[in-house]
Amino acid sequence: MGKITLKSVRKAFGEVDVIPGIDLGIEDGEFVVFVGPSGCGKSTLLRLIAGLEDVTSGTITIDGKDMTELPPAQRGLAMVFQSYALYPHMSVRKNIAFPLKMAGVSPEEQERKVQAAAKVLNLGDYLDRRPGQLSGGQRQRVAIGRAIVREPKAFLFDEPLSNLDAALRVSMRQEISELHQNLKTTMIYVTHDQVEAMTMADKIVVLNAGRIEQVGSPMELYRSPANLFVAGFIGSPKMNLIEGAEAARHGAATIGIRPEHIDIGRGDWHGVVGLSEHLGSDTFLKVMADGLGTLTVRADGEVSIKAGDRIRMSPQPDKIHRFDKDGKALA
Amino acid sequence: MATQSSRLAARLTLAPSVIVLFIWMIVPLALTIWFSFRIYRLLSPDRTGWAGFRNYVWFVNSPDFWLAISNTLLLVGGVLAITIVFGVLIALLIDQPVWGQGPLRILVISPFFVMPPVAASIWENLFMHPQNGMLASLALGVGLQPILFLENYPMSSVIFIVSWEWLPFATLILLTALQSLSSEQIEAAEMDGAGALSRFRYIVLPHLTRAITVVILIQTIFLLGIFGEIFTTTQGGPGSASTTLPYMIYKQAVIAKDIGRAAAGGIIAVILANIVAFFLMRSMGKNLDV
Ligand SMILES: Nc1ncnc2c1ncn2[C@@H]1O[C@H](COP(=O)(O)OP(=O)(O)OP(=O)(O)O)[C@@H](O)[C@H]1O
Ligand SMILES: [Mg+2]
Repeated sequence: MGKITLKSVRKAFGEVDVIPGIDLGIEDGEFVVFVGPSGCGKSTLLRLIAGLEDVTSGTITIDGKDMTELPPAQRGLAMVFQSYALYPHMSVRKNIAFPLKMAGVSPEEQERKVQAAAKVLNLGDYLDRRPGQLSGGQRQRVAIGRAIVREPKAFLFDEPLSNLDAALRVSMRQEISELHQNLKTTMIYVTHDQVEAMTMADKIVVLNAGRIEQVGSPMELYRSPANLFVAGFIGSPKMNLIEGAEAARHGAATIGIRPEHIDIGRGDWHGVVGLSEHLGSDTFLKVMADGLGTLTVRADGEVSIKAGDRIRMSPQPDKIHRFDKDGKALA
Repeated sequence: MATQSSRLAARLTLAPSVIVLFIWMIVPLALTIWFSFRIYRLLSPDRTGWAGFRNYVWFVNSPDFWLAISNTLLLVGGVLAITIVFGVLIALLIDQPVWGQGPLRILVISPFFVMPPVAASIWENLFMHPQNGMLASLALGVGLQPILFLENYPMSSVIFIVSWEWLPFATLILLTALQSLSSEQIEAAEMDGAGALSRFRYIVLPHLTRAITVVILIQTIFLLGIFGEIFTTTQGGPGSASTTLPYMIYKQAVIAKDIGRAAAGGIIAVILANIVAFFLMRSMGKNLDV
């Protein structure tokens, strides 16, 4: 079980309202990702849930019980830190067994659980090493191992992959997703990498300056962003945002169209190709469009358009997002 | 330093300082060894010549010798124990965010800047003095007899005074070590269900071992030679109750004016220091490895 509910949770550091007030429900077994730009309060929110930070006002309930005033240890949550926070003077075995030891579990039972965790995480050969003798990915696994042996109600991850290189990130990302599928435990995952958010989440919470901009499944956020902030934040490369006459023609202050929803060849948008980035499967073109500004357009991987070419484009009409002058999406 | 010639160049350029350091060390040592085998009494300058091992034999057989050795070790061990236990506790305390942290830390450090004879005089005359001392008037205030600290508990008093002087040093080193402990590790332990005591035992203390080792090694070097505090307060007495090896050597050199015997005592002190250093490095040297 791991149903977490936040009710008007507010956090201020001195004068500064870092989180002005958040309501959020997280269902049991859900994989929830907090995304948002740096400094928007993702870590703070996670630490409030963990109990490492005290709320200024509001309540946090876990499985229906008010946990707002309880210390971290009694909330039954496990956290994986960005810096891993392994205990450097203990072997991997002792690191993983530490929460069990603190809970007064018998040594045989500890060893059994450590072995089980090591098997899941492929750590069998490293149990007697110190954290200092492990690679980044291995340390990350130890940190996860230390979290899973406790069988927590929910896992909290604070940017667990940001210290890893790109290839390792992809594989660890998949490992964490698989872990979630096997354990079916609630997981809250903080990241500012929106690829991680899109691929892993059941539910994404987009945060901006301590406020929730939108909550929804990855595809919901992709298909119907509630406002300009979410529109610009979700999707890679970013959605093209166009103001002025073209927007007015659609009855909006701003319109947005994703690079993958612009067709090349025919249409009434004209432009000169600037940079073209060939990724193999796709090509992303930067196009100086007449009267529209710079647009990013996705083309086929094999496309033969070069810089300096003049092209015609048209947006797919049902993929145009319209926003009013406050940035809210228009129906 | 890959090539032969660059290694040679390195040795050549290092050589002057190494040579100076070597001379700096070896000349006093050689002279002391030389004197320790000579008959060299300032009160009878006409008697000279080789003494063989007689200076050593006299020193080791003198009634105070074993007492002085045990007092020296007691002083070192006692001060180490007090400064480390209280150093850790005070470091933990002043690491907390409190109002006036800066001045508080300076206050905690300040005893270290007081010169040893001054520190000893302060304690002897202002606190431990049976008539004028503050402790005496406190005792009288609650209707007790003043305790004669320096007369009845001379070694404990000296250990206390020296601990007071060295506590800031230990605290300072331990405090900096404490500040380098990542807060995420503490938070992780908190999440793992470790209470305050377990966090101290399993996370903080292991983190401090290297700093504690440094404190022990450095303090031992200085504590083996403690002299000023004893000279100022107990003069090694009553009787020989608080005589240490350095104080015994001082008595031979300055009071008995027997340079040969004092030099023999000095060499014995060097040997003692090496034995202590050997055991310290054997038991704790690995803590210093990275
Ligand atoms: N202990 C603190 N005291 C004062 N302000 C703090 C404290 N911790 C965080 N803040 C402030 O709260 C805001 C949110 O910080 P937080 O660490 O939650 O950001 P974040 O979304 O996790 O960013 P990042 O993606 O860079 O990790 C920041 O403006 C930060 O300066
Ligand atoms: Mg953060």
